[in-house]
Amino acid sequence: MSRVIFFIGEGLRALRRGAAPSLAAIVTVAITILLLGVLIPILQTTGGKANEVRDQVDVRVFLYDDATQSETDTLETNIQQIPHVESVDYVSKQQALQNLRDRLDDPALVDQLPGHRNPLPASFEIQPDDIDNLGTITSALQPPGQNGDPEPISPAIEEVLDSRDDATAIASVSSTVKIFMLVIAALLITASLLLVGNTIRLSIYARRTEVEVMRLVGATNWFIRWPFMVEGLVCGLIGGMVAIGALLLGKVTIVDPLADSITLLSAQKTTTIAFPALMLILLAAATVVSALGSGFTLRRFLKV
Amino acid sequence: MARSDTSTRRRLRGRAAERRPEHLTERRAKPPIIELRHATKIFPGGHVALERVSLRVDRGEFVFLVGPTGCGKSTLIKMLIRELAPTEGEVLIAGRDIATISNKKIPQLRRRIGTVFQDFKLLDSRNVYDNVAYALQVIGASRSEIRSKVPDALRLVGLGDKINNFPDQLSGGEQQRLSIARAFVNHPPLLLADEPTGNLDPETSIGIMQLLYRINRTGTTVLVVTHDREMVDKMRRRVIGLADGRVVRDQSAGMYSDDENTTEFGLRLRDEMGLEE
Ligand SMILES: Nc1ncnc2c1ncn2[C@@H]1O[C@H](COP(=O)(O)OP(=O)(O)OP(=O)(O)O)[C@@H](O)[C@H]1O
Ligand SMILES: [Mg+2]
Repeated sequence: MSRVIFFIGEGLRALRRGAAPSLAAIVTVAITILLLGVLIPILQTTGGKANEVRDQVDVRVFLYDDATQSETDTLETNIQQIPHVESVDYVSKQQALQNLRDRLDDPALVDQLPGHRNPLPASFEIQPDDIDNLGTITSALQPPGQNGDPEPISPAIEEVLDSRDDATAIASVSSTVKIFMLVIAALLITASLLLVGNTIRLSIYARRTEVEVMRLVGATNWFIRWPFMVEGLVCGLIGGMVAIGALLLGKVTIVDPLADSITLLSAQKTTTIAFPALMLILLAAATVVSALGSGFTLRRFLKV
Repeated sequence: MARSDTSTRRRLRGRAAERRPEHLTERRAKPPIIELRHATKIFPGGHVALERVSLRVDRGEFVFLVGPTGCGKSTLIKMLIRELAPTEGEVLIAGRDIATISNKKIPQLRRRIGTVFQDFKLLDSRNVYDNVAYALQVIGASRSEIRSKVPDALRLVGLGDKINNFPDQLSGGEQQRLSIARAFVNHPPLLLADEPTGNLDPETSIGIMQLLYRINRTGTTVLVVTHDREMVDKMRRRVIGLADGRVVRDQSAGMYSDDENTTEFGLRLRDEMGLEE
């Protein structure tokens, strides 16, 4: 126990004396965490937007007006059993008309339809579990018949439409965006690790002769290492908390008031890890990275 | 005190070389605390700092290591704590070839050897007190032990009133004495001192030699590197001479009575060196 207290005391020694290298480490950690804290939500939001677009793609099955209730019910059950179907929605003729009315600038137009007849067919809206499975579902709905032409699985089906061309375009764009975001995130994290690692290296390099002296008067490696790790941990903790304080301040004063008016910002609410969780992860990462980084970097100077 | 003339002294010294003092002969059964067997050190670049050096030092001895600058004295000291490894040959401490000690166990070797480094090797971020305390902290000494031993050690080297100074606030001689205090504070069985009086005036040098002598009389083996020929001659202890990396002289100096106490020893040194007390 007295050992632990000793190591903590030793670890705080450099900080107590306001040694420049550990201040540099704190500042580096703070700036890095600040950058990550701003950029990670932005990356997540952008990725989230791409996902949202993917979700809007579906397959539509239009039905004949004279399809019977039992034909429709059987078809719905059959559709639900097709692999990769996530959900099926029945849209009746009335509903289709209502949807049209909602979409028009002048709803009265609908009432002026010739003969007051509803020209819109009833339909099923099918959501695939993934945009890439659109084609599979479409061909399951109308497998090739004897002459090779597509043959619908039910007499109630008038037409099967999918937004496959749009879908492929969206799929490739959104996966490019995703890869791009991942690469940027990876670069960002690598840069952060290198930056923090380098600062730690400098901070320890400045004291390498001292480490060698400690070895020469009989200190074991762990006896030397613990204080450095405590110091790294404290630097990471202080730097991380400073950065998170700044991020919270920025969120409350700038982002939150804007969130209602800017959709990109509000999208973040649904598609990303919660802000507090992100902050906790960043704080933990800062602490662990700088503590382990110190212990690891020291290795080179413990060879004497 | 009557002093013999130089010629008789030389004669006596020669004879003593064959007859080792009795208390050393008794301990012969134990392996020598320091033994070098054909130890050679060649630095990268090809400089031969030590060449086939063989020597042994028994427990309880007080030995001087002398020689011109660059002859390999510090290199030899560094090999004893495995700061450097011999290129060829063996270095044994208490009978054990230290090349066979694992890196993990090296701290235990170094804790049992107090070393006064030629360049002091103080911990710059610690004050005088903490520098000495560190040598006790590494061996896991209790706080109360540290509190009682550190001030004593500092008083003995005359730094009792500089406890809160940092190394860069000390004179060269004070840094040297701090390095000495750190080396003996945990009572190691072997004390290596690389020019412990190099930066000290004659009077302080005698004080330090007196201290080393006293430490030696408590049973600690002491090896002192020095350029101070006069001091070596006056102290009449065993002298190992190095030149160009080779042992050129190894004499157990005669005419010293082993039971000369520290005060007598100090008086004699001051007297012989022409210093007033
Ligand atoms: N790391 C090293 N690399 C190359 N040569 C070295 C190294 N250390 C010492 N030497 C050389 O080895 C020789 C012996 O050095 P050493 O320090 O042992 O001398 P010394 O006897 O202690 O001298 P001094 O009395 O001046 O302290 C010197 O010529 C020195 O230049
Ligand atoms: Mg030297």
